[in-house]
Amino acid sequence: MIAAQTPLKVSIAATAASLVLLLVVFELVRSRRLRERYALLWLLTGIVLVVLSAWRGGLNTIAAQLGVRGYPPAVLFAVGLLFVILVLLHYSTVISRLSDENVVLAQRLAILELEVSSLAAQEPDPPNGEPVAAAAREAPTS
Amino acid sequence: MSPELAALRRIAIVPAFNEEQNIARVVAELLDFDRGLDVLVVSDGSADQTAENAEAAGARVLRLPFNLGIGGAVQTGFRYAWEQGYELAVRCDGDGQHIPSELPKVVAPVIEGSADIAVGSRFAGGDGYQSSGARRIGIRLLAAVVSAIARQRVTDTTSGFQALNRRALGLFAADYPHDYPEVEGMVMTIRHRLRLVEVPVRMREREHGQSSITALRSVYYMAKVLTALFIGLFRRNVVPLEETT
Repeated sequence: MIAAQTPLKVSIAATAASLVLLLVVFELVRSRRLRERYALLWLLTGIVLVVLSAWRGGLNTIAAQLGVRGYPPAVLFAVGLLFVILVLLHYSTVISRLSDENVVLAQRLAILELEVSSLAAQEPDPPNGEPVAAAAREAPTS
Repeated sequence: MSPELAALRRIAIVPAFNEEQNIARVVAELLDFDRGLDVLVVSDGSADQTAENAEAAGARVLRLPFNLGIGGAVQTGFRYAWEQGYELAVRCDGDGQHIPSELPKVVAPVIEGSADIAVGSRFAGGDGYQSSGARRIGIRLLAAVVSAIARQRVTDTTSGFQALNRRALGLFAADYPHDYPEVEGMVMTIRHRLRLVEVPVRMREREHGQSSITALRSVYYMAKVLTALFIGLFRRNVVPLEETT
C-alpha cells in the first residue's frame, strides 16, 4: 500500500503561512516590541512549521511513522497545537514570575514609604518646607 | 502584662482591607491592652479611610499601592517586623474578631520559649464562636488534613490570631503563602521544624462588613487550599532569612 501524500497546494499554503509567522516574529523583535527571550519559542515554532510544510517527503514519512494514514497534513496541526500549548505554558510561568516580583515591589514600596515618613517626622526643619512622605502620599494612587 | 513581655520589642501586625469601620477600634483596643506594643496596620490597597483612621488611632500604617491579598499583606508586616528587629510579633485581623484581652494566652508559649509560633484556636476548647454548617465541615476537613500532614493535632487552621518569635518571622518574611496563608503557613511551620502550638481563645463575630470568605466560595476555597497543600508536600523548603550581625 502506498502511503498518503501531502497535496501540493496544502504544502504551499502552509509554508507561506509559516513564513509569514516567522517574518512577523522577526519584525516584532527587530522593532523591539518583543524581547528575544520571549521570541525564541515563537521562532522555533515557525522554523519547525516551515520545515514540515516545505519538506513534503519528510512530512509524509513522519505521518506514516506516527500512524497517520489518511491525511499527512494532520501532523502539521498536531505540531502547531503542541507548540501553541508550549508557548501558553511558558507565558503562564512568565506571568507568575511577574506577579511574584510585583508583590515584592509593592511590599518594599510600602515599607520604604513608612520609613521615609517616619524619617521626615524626625526631621525638625525639612529643607523645602514640604515633607517628602506627605508629598509622596498625595500622589494619585488610582 | 508579664515582665517577660514588657522586656521584648513587640509589634502587632494587623492586615486590613477596607475596614474603616472597624480598624480604629481594633488599634485602640490593642494599645489599651499594651501601651508598649507597636501597632502596625497593613492597609492592603484599601480604597476607603482605613489607613487614615488607623493612623489617627495611633498605629503605624503600611500602605500597599494595590491589593495583594491577605498573604501578601501579612507578609509585608512580617518583613517590616523582621527588618526592624522586633523580637515578638502578634498578628490579628483588622475586622475586630480577635479580642486583644485574649492576647496573653496566645503570646505565653512564645514568651516562655516553648513555641516558635502560637495560634489562637476557636475550637481547641474555648467558646463564643459558632460558624455556619458548610464552613464548619470545611474547617473540620482542613483540620484533619493538616493534622495528618503535620503529625500533630490542630483544630483551627484558618486562625489569623497568632504570635511569632524571630525564628518564625524569619521564615515567613522569606516566604509566605499568598491566597489563604494560614493553612499552608501551618504546614510550612511544621516542615521547617518550628514548634507550633494551639491555644484556645474566644473570638467575636464580625461587627461591620462582610467576611472575605462567603459560603458560596467555600468549595472553591477548599479545592484551592487542598491543591496547594498537596503540591506543597513536594516543594523544596525555602531558606529562612538569617540574622545579620
